[in-house]
Amino acid sequence: MADKPTFSQEISNLMYAAHGSPVNNCIQCGTCSGSCPAVEFMDQTPRRLIGMINADLKDDVLDTNTYWVCASCYHCSVRCPANIDIAGVMYAVKRYSIWNKTYADDLVGPVFSETFMKTIARSGRSYEPILAPTYIFGFGAKEFFQEVQGATKMMLKGRIPVLPTKIKRLKKFRNMMKRIVPVGEEE
Amino acid sequence: MKKYAYFPGCSLEKMALSYHKSSMEATQVVGVELQELDDWNCCGATTYFHLDEILANTLVARNLAMAEKEGLDFVAPCSACYKNAYFTNTYIKEDEDLAEHINYALEADDLQLEGNLNVHHLIDIFADEVGPEGIKEKVTNPLKGLRIAPYYGCQIVRPRKNGEEVEAPQFFEEIITAMGAEAIDFANKTRCCGGSLLLTNRKAALDMIRILLYNAVQSGADVIATACPLCQVNLEVYQTQVNEEFGTDFSVPVLYFTQLMGLAFGIAPKKLGIGSELVSTLPVISQFIAKEAR
Repeated sequence: MADKPTFSQEISNLMYAAHGSPVNNCIQCGTCSGSCPAVEFMDQTPRRLIGMINADLKDDVLDTNTYWVCASCYHCSVRCPANIDIAGVMYAVKRYSIWNKTYADDLVGPVFSETFMKTIARSGRSYEPILAPTYIFGFGAKEFFQEVQGATKMMLKGRIPVLPTKIKRLKKFRNMMKRIVPVGEEE
Repeated sequence: MKKYAYFPGCSLEKMALSYHKSSMEATQVVGVELQELDDWNCCGATTYFHLDEILANTLVARNLAMAEKEGLDFVAPCSACYKNAYFTNTYIKEDEDLAEHINYALEADDLQLEGNLNVHHLIDIFADEVGPEGIKEKVTNPLKGLRIAPYYGCQIVRPRKNGEEVEAPQFFEEIITAMGAEAIDFANKTRCCGGSLLLTNRKAALDMIRILLYNAVQSGADVIATACPLCQVNLEVYQTQVNEEFGTDFSVPVLYFTQLMGLAFGIAPKKLGIGSELVSTLPVISQFIAKEAR
């Protein structure tokens, strides 16, 4: 019987399009952490997160906010001497945590991503006003007020859409999605 | 006149309408035609990839397939759209298995993708296809003395696409110089603006924006030039909030490179969407508005 895959292998397998990424080759040099513009807001640095993945500390990895704080700037990925696509690894951990619902409750990222996806499935295009509730109610009173103020100013300048746009071949578009993610019969 | 399949992306429909308008104006002057893809869909920005990689690539592939059907190369003005399109176009050629999955799904919309097209960011068209010399030839209203910070952001230069320079790119500076303006030495020009962290981790994003604004202002920028709608909104719209959060008093205009180029081409500001900013651009650009604007 096949051995149970390690967490590192599971993560590599989730990087399908890029044919995995040699997470195991990490030499713990810390170039990623040194290049990361968001590192000070992470529970664990990218270097440590990769180390934890390789040590099979699955629960501890999923418990961090690190992969949700990654802004996908790819500075780490282009500099990694071991050719690990670190930003890609962060995406893979995000997917793992969304599929297994293992992310911390107070994070906005996963809910935002899911709502975004539902908006696309509904209309084929993104529509900012629908996305706002996913994050704005998690804000404190001051931030909430700032956000509303900013949105109002944008609206006055004609920069907020009033109605969502829909693509024309929406039915075919949804059927296309259903061929990848089985969410009901094709119409 | 070279023609491209133009994928505006969701932001350019409204939030960054000025980028769309100015792109249309500026390309027309240099003899490039942008033909908007009919019935394009959202490319997924960064968020589809949080959910499912194959689905994310499929949604991107639909837009590419429509361009390929027209026999045109693909141009996106948004960095995230560009990055997604570039890599899906690469993977479909390299990975037969992925291509099979994607093409099976595309069939539901009567489309197929082979990957026989090139994918460009709009700024590449100006940097490579038109070139600094080609821009210079069309400048009737040089932006003499205007100090512009070239803000590359992330995804135009990263991940590395084809062996190009990712640490210290220069093409944006060359474009700015061609407009007759001065490209300032902007150390953080490829540092991240926070992207969608603004919505999901506000504290981190506002700090990232603060660092960029501080660096641009300290380096003497009159205006920051961007080539991405999300960078523009983060750097401009959130200046008030950065100021409230950190007690700073930033008030630096942030314009799309196409708007600045449009001014240099003598196009009227209104046609370039200038006037929809929250940080007024007038104090900086009023002297550069052509007397007899096109």
